[in-house]
Amino acid sequence: MDNLPWIFISALLVNNFVLTYFLGLCPFLGVSNSLETSARLGLATTFVMLVTAVCAWVLNTYVLVHAPYLRLICFIVVIASTVQFIEMLIKKLSPALFRAMGIFLPLITTNCAILGLAIFATNRGYGFWEGIVYALGAGIGFTLALVLLAGLREESELSNIPQIIKGTAMNLIIAGILSMAFMGFAGLFSAA
Amino acid sequence: MIKNDNRAYEELIKGLWRDNPVFVQVLGMCPMLAVTNSAINAVAMGMATLFVLVGSSFLVSSFRNWIPKQVRISCFIIIIATFVTVADYTLLAIVPKVHKELGAFIPLIVANCMILGRQEAFASRYPTRLAVLDAIGMSGGFLLALFSLGAIREILGDGALFGVKLFSANFEPWVIMILPPGGFLTLGVILLFFNWFKEKKDEFLADVADAERSGG
Repeated sequence: MDNLPWIFISALLVNNFVLTYFLGLCPFLGVSNSLETSARLGLATTFVMLVTAVCAWVLNTYVLVHAPYLRLICFIVVIASTVQFIEMLIKKLSPALFRAMGIFLPLITTNCAILGLAIFATNRGYGFWEGIVYALGAGIGFTLALVLLAGLREESELSNIPQIIKGTAMNLIIAGILSMAFMGFAGLFSAA
Repeated sequence: MIKNDNRAYEELIKGLWRDNPVFVQVLGMCPMLAVTNSAINAVAMGMATLFVLVGSSFLVSSFRNWIPKQVRISCFIIIIATFVTVADYTLLAIVPKVHKELGAFIPLIVANCMILGRQEAFASRYPTRLAVLDAIGMSGGFLLALFSLGAIREILGDGALFGVKLFSANFEPWVIMILPPGGFLTLGVILLFFNWFKEKKDEFLADVADAERSGG
């Protein structure tokens, strides 16, 4: 139980899903043009991650013991139905947010960060609480990366940038520099 | 018949350069960056994606009249997941070492938006023959992109290609290139090059149009 804080910090900073594992790059590059939208998408993704972690644990413990080759198909079906559920929930609760997220809400299904979370947690043999903490750290880490990039992009909208570098090329280079900064966290573990 | 063959050729060739899934459409970024720290990993990933895309395009296109519109995405995903499972176990049996290095990124082919995108945009609307050709072209383009990124990163970051040393011992490898930031930076620079190329081409076309106008 005492490794829980380390799992959290590792998923949040040291092994940040976006900047170290390259997971969830599509929303990272696609939605990060406004702070507001990216923060909300990050929260929605975090929630899906939590639900997925719980489902993955249940499936792994009770169902897939006898049929490990069905793991991938089971996970993806669970994720797809969770996303569908959240989509209906958001549509009901906040239609404005629903419109703002547009196509990227259903696309959470193909966000590899979520499937990646389920697979990593399985490979490392995490238990119930470890899985939840891992999902929380990964989700907040994803939101953090998204918000950081969105903030930088909002600033860059106002500056005079050569036409040729605008768009994905600049975002990737910014992401590269952010990723370098996050590599600095790698020292956290050996220091502790 | 000749027209038909042109069409097929067009579908096959467009994915390689004009509609290259990575450099032009910016799809399938996750596996693109994660596994390209060496050329061999990049090629293995590209082959696995090729297998999955061609297989699922074939199935989706053959069943396109039976899949109900409302649940089509789930159907596509399940078809794709089946092929990915096959690819996963095949790689494990044939090249266990590469499989170990690629790790969780093989099952993650399911979440490659390029594959789902091709099913939705192409395979579910066109006959099987065209769908398979389109899949081969697109995954060929993907393989090309993976290989170029993997080769650049391995040469700069490790001084080698496919594990063969290219430089003398004096070469100081840029370790950053095989670490995560190198992936972002390399792809950013490649996209920059593509933008520059496109701008030059547009300028050239505009010049030609101007010359024609003044000449005529």
